[in-house]
Amino acid sequence: MATADAIPIEFPRRQPGRLTPPAEYAGLRSQEGLVKSSLPGGSTVWLVTRHEDVRSVLTDPRISSNPLHEGFPSMGKNGTVPPPDQVPGWFVAYDPPEHGRFRKALIPEFTVRRIKEMQPAIQRIVDRLIDALLDGGNSADLVAQFALPVPSLVICELLGVPYSDHEYFESRTRVLVTFTSTDEQRESAAKELITYLTKLISIKHKFPGNDLISGLLKNETLTAQEVSGIALLLLIAGHETTANNIALGVVMLLLNREWIGDPRAVEEALRYLSVADRVALRVAVEDVEIGGQLIKAGEGIVPLGAAANHDENAFERADQFDPGRPARHHVAFGYGVHQCLGQHLVRAEMGTAYRTLFERIPTLRLAVPPEELPFKDEGILFGLHELPVTW
Amino acid sequence: MRINADADRCVGAGQCVLAAPDLFDQDDDGTVTVLTEPGAATKDAAREAVHLCPSGAITLEDG
Repeated sequence: MATADAIPIEFPRRQPGRLTPPAEYAGLRSQEGLVKSSLPGGSTVWLVTRHEDVRSVLTDPRISSNPLHEGFPSMGKNGTVPPPDQVPGWFVAYDPPEHGRFRKALIPEFTVRRIKEMQPAIQRIVDRLIDALLDGGNSADLVAQFALPVPSLVICELLGVPYSDHEYFESRTRVLVTFTSTDEQRESAAKELITYLTKLISIKHKFPGNDLISGLLKNETLTAQEVSGIALLLLIAGHETTANNIALGVVMLLLNREWIGDPRAVEEALRYLSVADRVALRVAVEDVEIGGQLIKAGEGIVPLGAAANHDENAFERADQFDPGRPARHHVAFGYGVHQCLGQHLVRAEMGTAYRTLFERIPTLRLAVPPEELPFKDEGILFGLHELPVTW
Repeated sequence: MRINADADRCVGAGQCVLAAPDLFDQDDDGTVTVLTEPGAATKDAAREAVHLCPSGAITLEDG
């Protein structure tokens, strides 16, 4: 068994201007045992980089997602997981068996079939945004004018936010998920959204519709307060992650034009980009051995999705963007009981966005050289601040 | 080959439906249901579904 390194390494970051994961990951995967690292939030954690080990961390019952446990990692202000006693219904912070109550209530709303039923609505949203792009001239910022509004409008549709409230709802959500917002802006946007959601829930209680909130309210295992926490989590979880996958995926296709029009680009973009590389935070609640390393109870663990998804032992020529490869075993949506609930919705949004964008604007191209794109890697998600395009 | 699907362990990720749509579906409650036992043409898809299932809800009995 490997011995613990005395000095934690600096938390790896992506190289500026590059679409590939942090360069340090390859070395970490090939060395014996695991390595300790200091997080931006101050805590020291074990980094897990091999595909097999990441899957083990995410399925081991001795490893917890609950931030109330001593030693749970902190990613700093933008990556903090609220404990269940503060935001009831924030179900990613629960372990089994409590987690199951939320998961079971939600899965009927996110099945493959249910998402297929949403396809016409997603198509309509994507088409309207492209109409506006084309009406606006021959250049645009594809993040602000397309990649962000797609998930935002889809979530409104899913949750049953009335169309007249879209602008109010969207603008607050935008503040909440935009990295450049100040703490004060973020806090007031969160408060306004919770107030709005609480009001919306009481209306749906009286006048139920064919939407997710109405569906959850019929579920007797959930309190109204939990429904509001669930709605807020879905709103945040499904937003910037999807937007980044749309924007960065368009970049991948513009740099690899031979794959434009191939629906398999969705799965490969999820794997290759792994925008939620460091989103899964865990803590050992008992001693456990992972990758030949003893992790003691109370020690924090960060299984790195991008590192696992670029592991040559799981994906040949992992650093090549190749939609022709089998990629479904990637862990871009995590693994274990917390694997992304909305993954089929994300796939539908990405697929519809790529297909429609390149069908309707076949001459689409980057307006700046790729290495000059304003990538963002400062927070917990990998993405783009802007995506200047022209056609 | 026979499929054992444990709806209690299932977390409704739907990986099996993507990997082997002829063999698996999701019930009204979103959890796994087996449509038919795998034949010669669908054995590999069944193994893929087992490999992808995030909660270990699917196992195969050879035979």
